[in-house]
Order: sequence, then C-alpha cells, then structure tokens
Amino acid sequence: MDLACTEEEEAFRARLRSWLAEVLPELPPPPAATDWPGRRARDAAWQRMLHDAGYAGLHWPADAGGQGATPTQHLIFLEETERAGAPYVGANFVGLLHAGPTIAAEGTAAQRARWLPPILRGEEIWCQGFSEPDAGSDLAALRTRAVRDGDDYVVTGSKIWTSHAEVADWCELLVRTDPEAPRHRGISWLAMPMDAPGVTVRPLRTLAGSAEFAELFLDEVRIPVGNRVGAEDDGWRVTMVTLSFERGTAFVGEVVACRRLLAELARTARADGRWDDPVLRRRLGRLNAEFAALWRLTQWNVSEAQGSGGVPGAGGSVFKLRYSHARQELYDAAAEVLGGRALDADHPWVADRLSALAYTIAAGTSQIQRNIVAERILGLPKGR
Amino acid sequence: MDFQLTADQRALRDGTRELLAGRFDRDRLRAAVDAPALDRGLWRELADAGFFALRLPEEDGGVGLGLPEAVLVFEEAGRALLPGPLVAGQLLAGAMDGVATGERIVALCDGAADPVLWEHPADCDALIFLDGDAPAHAARAHRSAPADVARAPFASVDPLTPLARVTGPACTVPQPGLDVPRLRREAALLTAAQQLGSAARTVETAVAHARQRTQFGAPIGSFQAVKHLCAGMLVRAELARAAVYAAAVTEDALDVVGAKLLADEAAVRNARDCLQVHGGMGFTWEADVHLHLKRAWLRAERWGGAREAEERLADALVR
Repeated sequence: MDLACTEEEEAFRARLRSWLAEVLPELPPPPAATDWPGRRARDAAWQRMLHDAGYAGLHWPADAGGQGATPTQHLIFLEETERAGAPYVGANFVGLLHAGPTIAAEGTAAQRARWLPPILRGEEIWCQGFSEPDAGSDLAALRTRAVRDGDDYVVTGSKIWTSHAEVADWCELLVRTDPEAPRHRGISWLAMPMDAPGVTVRPLRTLAGSAEFAELFLDEVRIPVGNRVGAEDDGWRVTMVTLSFERGTAFVGEVVACRRLLAELARTARADGRWDDPVLRRRLGRLNAEFAALWRLTQWNVSEAQGSGGVPGAGGSVFKLRYSHARQELYDAAAEVLGGRALDADHPWVADRLSALAYTIAAGTSQIQRNIVAERILGLPKGR
Repeated sequence: MDFQLTADQRALRDGTRELLAGRFDRDRLRAAVDAPALDRGLWRELADAGFFALRLPEEDGGVGLGLPEAVLVFEEAGRALLPGPLVAGQLLAGAMDGVATGERIVALCDGAADPVLWEHPADCDALIFLDGDAPAHAARAHRSAPADVARAPFASVDPLTPLARVTGPACTVPQPGLDVPRLRREAALLTAAQQLGSAARTVETAVAHARQRTQFGAPIGSFQAVKHLCAGMLVRAELARAAVYAAAVTEDALDVVGAKLLADEAAVRNARDCLQVHGGMGFTWEADVHLHLKRAWLRAERWGGAREAEERLADALVR
C-alpha cells in the first residue's frame, strides 16, 4: 500500500499545475446557466486548449488519439484541474467519457478516424440517447425502433433525459433492431447526427428551474448503416463496455470540490457565530471524515483499475452510492449554515443543493447500484 | 501511487486468517464466551507466530514490519473476534520484557476515557496507564502492578471482554520512554482495524445466510429489501477500509480519527443489519452476530468515541 506518487507522476503534476496557472486566466468567465450556446462555446474552447497542450483524451489509448495516461495520471489531472478552478468536462462529457471510448473500443478504423479527432479537439459535442420514458432504470426495455431500408436504418421513437441535446452535433443512440429477440439482444448502437430530418428536441425544465436536459422525438430519422458501431443487435454489450466508466471516474473532481465547500461552510459558520452549535459542528466534522474517506476510496479504485488494465470494476458502484448521498448531506448542511438564506434560489449553494438531488438518480439510481453491488460483488441471487 | 496490498501483505493477511482459523475456531470462540479467562497457551502461540513482535526490528527478535502490516493482522483479529488486550500487546511489545514473547500480558488504560476501563483485569501481569488530564504533548505513562490498582467491578456488555473500572491512580511507577500521543493514535488505529475486520465479517455472514435461508419459496437474498441491506453493509465496510488503510500509510493523527469514526460506524451498523438479516435467529445467543455487535460497541467507546472524533474533525476545518 503506497499513497506516494512516483517521481514521474509528480513531474506530470508539476507540469500540469504550471500550465493551468498560465492558461486559466485566458479563459473567458462562465456564461449564465441558461445560455446553452455560451456554455458549449466555453466548454469547446477549454477542450481546444487541452488539446493544443497535449492533455486531450488523457486516459484514452494512444492509438485512439489519446495520451495513454495511467489511471493515476488521470486522477492527478482531475484533482489538479478542479483545484485550479478549471471548467468541468461539461458539454464534452458524453463524447470524452462515453461515446468516444465506445467508438475507440468497438469502432472500425474509418469510424475512429471520423469521430474521435473532433471530440478531442472540442469541435463536436455528443449527447446520450439511451433512456426512454418507459426505459430508465430498466434500460433494456427501450422501444425506439430501427428498421433497415437499403443502406439506412429508419428510426422512430423517443428519448428522454438527454443532456446537452440542444447543442449536440451527435447522439449515441440505442435502438431496437430486432423486436423478436430477447430484451438484451436485438439492440444496436448508432451514431445519429442531430441535424438529421425528423429529429425534434424539446427542453425539459427541471426542479432546479433550468433546462438541463431534453426530450428527443425521432420520426422516421434515416441513419446510415455505416453509423452503427459494433455488430447489429450487439449494442447492449457494446454499451456495457463503457457504462462502468461513468461510475468510475466521473465524480473524482467533484470530491475535491466538495472538500473545498466543506471547509468554506465551516469558515462561514464560524464567521456568522453559528460555530457554537455543537450539532452543526459535529455534522460538519462527520462530513469531513466522509469526504476524506471518499477520496481514499477513489485512490483505492484507481489503483485497482491500474492493476487490471484500466477497467473500473463494480467498485465504482460502491463509490457512487456513498458519494451521491454524501453530496446531498453536504448541501443539506450548507442549508443549515445559511439558515433563512437557504430559501434564496439565487444563492449558488441553493442552486447546487437542488442539482444534488439528481445524483442518486442519474447514471443508475441508488436502488440499481445496490442491486449491482448485491448481485455482482456479493453474489446474491437475482430476483425480485 | 499503488494503493493496493502488495503480494507480501496479501500473504500476511491470508496467513493470519489461516492461523486464526486453526487456533481460534468457532468452538474456541464459544468456549471463551462461557469462560472468558485468557488462554495463555493461545497467547504464546500468537506470540510465536509474531503477532506481538510484528513491528520490532529483526535484531530484537521481531519481524521488522510496519503499521500497515499490523493493521492487516488486527483486521483479521477483528474478523475472528479474537479476545484479549491485543492492542496493548502490540504497542508495548518493545517497551516491556516478556510482552513480545507472550509470557506477560499487559493492559493499556486510557485515562482520558470516562469511565476509565481496564480489559481483562484478572489476566494481566501489569497495567500501563496513560494520563488523561494532561495536554497531549505532556501526557505521561505509568505502570502498576494489578494488585495495586484501585478498581470497581464493571459488568461488561461484551461477554468476551471482562472489564473493571479504574477508580484511582493507585501506586504507579512512571514508565518513561513511551511516546504517549503516538500510543493513543496507534491504539485508535489498531482498534479501527479490528472494527473493519468485524464489519467485513458480518457482511459475509449476512450474505451467506441470505443465500441459504428460503422464505416464500426463494432465498431471502433474492428480495431487494434484503439485498439492499447487504449492499449498504458492503459500502460501509469498503469506505472504512479505504480510510483505515490510508491512515496506516500516512500515520496522520486526523486520518486516524476519521478512520476510527467510519470503522466504528461500519462495525456497529453492519452488526445490527446482519442481525436483521438473520431474523429471529439473529436475536438468539447461539448466533454469533451479537458477539460482533457487543464488541463493536465496546471498541467504539475506546480510544476516542464519535463525539470527540467529530469535534476534532470539525476543528480541523477551521484551523
């Protein structure tokens, strides 16, 4: 057990840190949360800066245009960028963490050449067309149909909870290509251009007040057969190859941010004279232990992934379960620190408190994660 | 960074598990419940296997390993519910004659606790008492012969750990050369390691029961209500594991405090959930789960409880 970074890893950290200090002041300030084109433009500009400095697709394999970095280097990257206040992966999330790795792992040489470089340069934004109104946690119940017609699939159906749909260029789309096959077969993975005729995007207003995601309506959308990644009817397996990444490293930077907020809560409480309240103090003290341990668990999972060729295991579910609940507790504590000001919807902590409600639902609900932990790690029987 | 067990560490863990399975199986455990006097033969065998001398240099007859290795060994002791003043044996092996070899059994008493409790008072050859009221850096250690210690009986909730309450300073001899803050820190960490082992063991026990027990024509482990209890147990144990192992590597005082807090929670709550998964059988004396719960309660009060830990961790946020 060793928590120390190697000389090479520390050199990587130092280079990254000085680069961040140099370039971050050049980045324009973040636009309003409702300004989707502005958000896309800023995320794209940041990705371009990463690309030009040789940090794009850090954890992608080199033959996919990435840097082939180790999981530890990726961890350092996420830690340092968060610490420096760099933007989140934002609009590039699906491309960099999901569609890109899927295409890199399962795509043909032509598909890799077409789609991967624009993702790395921040030129093309992807969104995720997996969930449907009747197929959320039960993803394999999806019904969007794709019928072969010559060199095209003709796709009809609808998708929901599609983040960044309003500004995306491409959608990684799961469709049913064989309605007779068992649920997990008969599904295919397609790259759908968002400007194709028949695609309608309708923003969905969330409880936080903003339109964070959208519904997609697909009316006889023609998608070339050549846009299918992986074999026909093999889309479920193709999807599972990358789904674990979403739970593995997607939240690493956020743990750093949560620890920073926690310290800010304590300082605020002390400045406001609320520090005399032992219940509040103990609550923040416990959260300190919680987030410190979540950081250690991240280091544990990353080390484990490093040992197993970079593939995060079901341990990502253990982390996601605890983290998503801890994040909600953190913002509840923030509300306690704020007192009556917690009713001010414009306060950033209040907006984040509302957003945190999504964490136990998105990327697999807590209930689904518990099933994964119980069945895949503990070996309990599948059932009711 | 490679925050995983090395091959040697895995071998140490597996070897300790095997050793304890051979020397302290369920029959021995149950015999100890009925008659909690320490088995001095077993104590010597543990010593012969290097249990206490683990961290002593090889030239002093030790094994020459470090705190992470001690944590792995104590995790196994916690899994097996091994009784006795194990922490005192490990921490005082180099400081007092006969401890490393298992010839003498010593107890370590935390004068800051309320009440001040003494484990296995009938079995100890000496008692080391750590000052409670002095500031941490000035705290000192004293040694007493058991007969000289003023005590009152104390009915221990844990049948495997007889306790007495220390009521006075007694005739104490200063015991110089002991780093008291370090003793407290390492005592807390080794206690947390035992909690971790217990928490991991009760997950396994619950899962084994849930796979085998059938109701409504199916194993109860196929019901989500039971499955989710078990998943929650694993999450608690794994978070505590990351914290305990990291604290063993950094030896940082605050890391230890946080690790103890999470390991206490994991051991106590996992034992309760394990009891729940066992249903009515879990409420009987025959099931081992109450022994895990009672020991977890005891350890949670030793070397810093939740209140003190949370206050220290809160204080660190504003410093």
